[in-house]
Amino acid sequence: MHLALDFPPISHLIRWPTIFGSGVWAVNKVVLLEWLAVILLIWFFLAARKGALVPSGVQNVAEAAVDFVRNEVILQTIGPEGLNWTPFLLTLFMFIFVCNIFEVIPVIQMPVNARMAMPFFMTAIVFFIYHYLGFRHQGFFGYFKSMLFPPGVPKALYLLVSPIEFLTYFFTRPLSLAVRLFANMLAGHLLLATFAILTAALFTATYIGAVIPGALLVALYGFEVLVSVLQAFIFTILTAVYIGGAIHPEH
Amino acid sequence: MHALMLAAQNAGELQAGLTAVGRGIVYGGAAIGPGIGIGIVVGNAITASARQPEAAGAARTTMFLGIAFTEALALFGFVLAFIISG
Repeated sequence: MHLALDFPPISHLIRWPTIFGSGVWAVNKVVLLEWLAVILLIWFFLAARKGALVPSGVQNVAEAAVDFVRNEVILQTIGPEGLNWTPFLLTLFMFIFVCNIFEVIPVIQMPVNARMAMPFFMTAIVFFIYHYLGFRHQGFFGYFKSMLFPPGVPKALYLLVSPIEFLTYFFTRPLSLAVRLFANMLAGHLLLATFAILTAALFTATYIGAVIPGALLVALYGFEVLVSVLQAFIFTILTAVYIGGAIHPEH
Repeated sequence: MHALMLAAQNAGELQAGLTAVGRGIVYGGAAIGPGIGIGIVVGNAITASARQPEAAGAARTTMFLGIAFTEALALFGFVLAFIISG
C-alpha cells in the first residue's frame, strides 16, 4: 500500500507569494493579515468606547480584557503605580492575541507571529521602553549600578555576576522574548500542518485509518487556541516585569 | 575505483542525512532540561496552591513566568535545529 505522504519543506508553509507591490513594499498574505489585525483592533476600540452603563456585546469583551490586563498582569507585577501602562500593555496583548488566533481560524490559518518580523519589532519597542524607563527613573549610573551589581551578592562573585547580568539585560531578554513568541507559533503551525497532511494522506489511503490522527488534529486545534492566549499573556506579563524592574530596582 | 565514484556521488545524500540527524539531536537534547525544569516548576506551583489556596493567584502568575523562562531554552534549540543546514 502506498501512502501519499508528502511533507512540504518548511519554507512552503510560512512563505507566501507576493500579491502586489514589489521589493521592500511587497504585500503578501502575512502583511494583509497584519492590516486586518490592526483594523480589528481599531474596530474593537471604537466599539468598546461607547461606555454604556450596562455593557453588552463587544463592550463586555473589552471590559473583561481591560480587567484581565489590569488585575492579572499589572497589579501582580508592577503594582498600582504601573496602572498608567494599561493602554500600552492592553494593545500589546490584544494585538498579539489577534495575530496568534489567525492560526486556528479556518481559511486564514496562518499565525502572523510565525514570521520573525512581528515578534522582533514588538520586542524592539519593549527593549527601548524598559531601558529608557530605567535611565529616567534611576539615572544613567544608577541604572547600570542596579543592573550590574544586584544587592545581596558577595563581593567576589560580582566578577561572575556582572557580565551575566549585562548579557541578560542587553541580549538574552530581548532574544528570548522574541524567539519565545516566534518559535511557539511556528511550532504550533507546523504541528497542525503535519497532522492535517497525515490525516489527509491516511484518509485517501484507508478511510478508517484517519480517525485517530483526525481526532488528534481537532484536539490540537483546541490546544493551539490555549497556546495563542498563553503566549499573548506571557509576552505581556514579561513586558510588565521588565518595565517594573526598570521603574523600581531591587534593594 | 568504482566504490570511490559511488561514495563521491552519495556525498550529497550523506550530508543531507547527517544534517537531519543533527537537527534531531539538537532539538532532542535541548528539550531534555526544560522538560524536567517545567515539571519542577508546575509541580511546585501545584504544591504551593494546594497548601495555601488563598495564594493560588500569585502562584499561578509566578508559575507562568517560570514556565516562560524555562521553555525559552527548548525553543532556542527548536530554532537552532532549523538554522542548521548541510
